[in-house]
Amino acid sequence: MFKQKRLFELSRTILAIAIALLIALVTILFVSEEPAKALSTFLLGPLKSVRHFGNVLEMMIPLLFTGLAVSIMFSAAQFNLGAEGAFFLGGIASTYIAVRWALPNVIHPAFAILLGGVVGAVFCGIPAILKVKWNASELVSSLMLNYVALFLGLYIINYFLRDVNAGAMVSYKLAESSKLIKMIPGTRVHFGILIAVLMVVLVYYLMYRTRWGYRIRLTGLNSSFARYSGIKTASVIVLAQLLGGFIAGVGGSIEVLGMYRRFSWQTLPGYGWDGIIVAILARNNPALIPVGAFFLAYLRIGADLMSRTSDVQSEVVYIIQGVMIVLIAAESFLAHYRHKLVFKEARNRST
Amino acid sequence: METAVFIIKGELLMQSELLSMNGITKVYPNGIVANESVDFSIRKGEIHALVGENGAGKSTLMKILFGLEHPEEGEIILNGEQIQISSPNAAIDHGIGMVHQHFMLVPSLTVAENMVLGSEPKKGLYVNLKKAVAETKELAEKYNLIVDPTAKIRDLPVGIKQKVEILKALYRGAEVLILDEPTAVLTPQETKELFEELHLLKDQGNTIIFISHKLHEIKELCDRLTIMRNGKSQGVFNVSDVSEADISRLMVGRDVILKVEKEDADPGDVILDVDKLTVINDFGKQAVNDISFSVRKGEILGVAGVEGNGQGELVEIITGLKQIHFGDVRICGNNIKPLSIKEIRNLGTCHIPEDRMTYGVAESLDIEQNLLADKHDSPEYTGKFLTKPKVIRENSLKLIEEYKIKCGSPLQEVKMLSGGNIQKVVVAREFSSSPQLIIADQPTRGIDVGATEFIRKRLVELRDQGSAVLLVSADLNEVMELSDSLIVMYGGEITAYIKDTKSLNEEELGLYMLGINRQSPEEIGRAIHV
Ligand SMILES: Nc1ncnc2c1ncn2[C@@H]1O[C@H](COP(=O)(O)OP(=O)(O)OP(=O)(O)O)[C@@H](O)[C@H]1O
Ligand SMILES: [Mg+2]
Repeated sequence: MFKQKRLFELSRTILAIAIALLIALVTILFVSEEPAKALSTFLLGPLKSVRHFGNVLEMMIPLLFTGLAVSIMFSAAQFNLGAEGAFFLGGIASTYIAVRWALPNVIHPAFAILLGGVVGAVFCGIPAILKVKWNASELVSSLMLNYVALFLGLYIINYFLRDVNAGAMVSYKLAESSKLIKMIPGTRVHFGILIAVLMVVLVYYLMYRTRWGYRIRLTGLNSSFARYSGIKTASVIVLAQLLGGFIAGVGGSIEVLGMYRRFSWQTLPGYGWDGIIVAILARNNPALIPVGAFFLAYLRIGADLMSRTSDVQSEVVYIIQGVMIVLIAAESFLAHYRHKLVFKEARNRST
Repeated sequence: METAVFIIKGELLMQSELLSMNGITKVYPNGIVANESVDFSIRKGEIHALVGENGAGKSTLMKILFGLEHPEEGEIILNGEQIQISSPNAAIDHGIGMVHQHFMLVPSLTVAENMVLGSEPKKGLYVNLKKAVAETKELAEKYNLIVDPTAKIRDLPVGIKQKVEILKALYRGAEVLILDEPTAVLTPQETKELFEELHLLKDQGNTIIFISHKLHEIKELCDRLTIMRNGKSQGVFNVSDVSEADISRLMVGRDVILKVEKEDADPGDVILDVDKLTVINDFGKQAVNDISFSVRKGEILGVAGVEGNGQGELVEIITGLKQIHFGDVRICGNNIKPLSIKEIRNLGTCHIPEDRMTYGVAESLDIEQNLLADKHDSPEYTGKFLTKPKVIRENSLKLIEEYKIKCGSPLQEVKMLSGGNIQKVVVAREFSSSPQLIIADQPTRGIDVGATEFIRKRLVELRDQGSAVLLVSADLNEVMELSDSLIVMYGGEITAYIKDTKSLNEEELGLYMLGINRQSPEEIGRAIHV
């Protein structure tokens, strides 16, 4: 029964994706002169070369972190959207360490990443405290704070870390000792991917095999019941958001140290928002976060390739993405069909 | 038995049926077959009881009749014509009304406003409240269901709320009235009153379907009954032809003894000590007013009273759900004022909450995880970092079997269990923590006879093993049957202390519960032990 249910969930998701792709196809047919080429670049482009597939993996890394971060906060029923700001500030903090401090090889990035995490935790912790102390909606305050993060970060770059000899508003070069090593020749896939995989495993165990994860989930599902059971729900709410912020901050640091020579974001990079999509796709289950992250990254890279090599704009991908998320997130999509299946199965069992 | 059923069914066919449901099969999305080819029919002007174990499929069948659920197979025939009931509105159009076990009234509105909600008489753009009040009054007089149309719902006792619910169904033109466990929360006096009103309704040609787990009520009130078991109908009977014992045997498949065999209590030291406790509730009302009593090791102290007379607040304070109070509460000698819920639980307190859906379970979590809630961090179930899935599974399988929780597997979500089985999950979890002090608030509410027997036996066993039990129940039979001594609460005060429950009759108790009689302070003071 349960296996069957899972199988159904899987086929439902696949069908949702298929429908979304169909819509994509139709859209492309309309806007493109050479739809066959555009579509094949979109769907298969990322597989055609090591470099392009590398791009997918590179993009997956930050998505894994923000997806995990958001899923933890959502599991506690805390709709904290601060992963975006935490990611950005994590990048700023590690840039500071990478530029200003001189440390030996491994220790340099480790320390920078740790600091990025701490900064992210503090950042996501603010809405949490506001919520617990004064019952302020974490959704609103985190949303507002994201802009505070952006301008605070830019201020720090501009006044403390800016390389005046570089044309744009970017930081000094990151010290070589602070950078993450590359993993796959011919791509920019870096050591961060191993940290990300480790993080997925850790978070999975945390959520499903430890008391802390149990408390987070119970509080998210029914906080009155959690309280009745002796759980200190206020601390759990804060803990979940500190953890989420930490992971997002780590993600930002790793992104900067693994991918860039200088800190050069002029605006929020958007991985925090994408993390929300990933968490929704994965239904907040850490084990499914890699699937969601891979899917989104693949889609993004495919669209990027298509827009560069054909006459279809990459905006099309946003349409596809939107449709897909609506279909997958809608609980009752195909519910009718599923019910029929269940009925048939029950009938077979009883006769 | 088989032939008897058959004959009654044969006779049935000759009489005219007002409404019949034929071959109803309902499969829930999780694959549970709640109704399997169920035939159910009622005659005009009868009171028809629907009984069965928890999870037998009674509520499901009635939800189908009221348009809240849709069957996979089967037909519904009303007055000889097949009808489709696609929604509650359609049911109402066919003259079918339902009073749910949990009230569906808006507390901040008046009786008249609640009555007309959704079908308000209009005066221009405005609701014609005068007319609503007048209509309510008229209807109330017609059926002798006396209520004040201008009173706010939240100020009314449960008994009256129930009347409003019934009136509301009648106002919408119900001729067939479904009542899902209406007596669970009433005093004997209120139940008696309700029965008189239902008889009057019946005399005026209405038809009533009555669900209850209390068999003596069915004997007293109903004409015929349908028994369900495991989603199937066990047959239709004339109430006069079957005894209570017969009914429970048909429901459960064995003899049930609700009379609890218990020795006299042998009380030990004081475990729970409530000393001059006063509680102000959220509306600023003094809900508990300077009460003192104690519960000793090895005794069951019952708290009798109509709901809403301070019992809820009393329980909230003792279990730590609410912290602010005047006076002292001590558990095993520890003042609980500065303690957290966890610390109170660690003193050996367990709690069966009155509102199981809010405090007792997380609906969308599976049974296993729900059974773990209070023990999730005890060394037995979790090591330094990781939990122990094997031990947890063993525990959940053991409890499911011991408490006969009807489910597909420990991984089934709690919201897919029937009301009574959800209650069993809560009870199983709380009783399995080897408690010193058991706070049982309506422990058998909505539970079938078999399970009630089981839970009552467990409570007495736990008492004999040395637990102190504070039993709060609106079910008078239960308090009288189970408690060694009892206190009666009315208006936040103790109106009586009965040292030996055996010496008491229901009538007398009812008078204390309604605040009509009251003992002297000296008599009440005997509730304090040292
Ligand atoms: N929404 C639901 N989804 C899945 N299964 C359900 C749902 N509601 C009820 N069930 C299952 O259907 C069966 C019948 O439930 P139902 O509520 O009709 O029982 P009941 O006879 O009213 O029991 P009780 O006396 O405990 O109220 C139970 O096994 C229950 O687990
Ligand atoms: Mg029911």
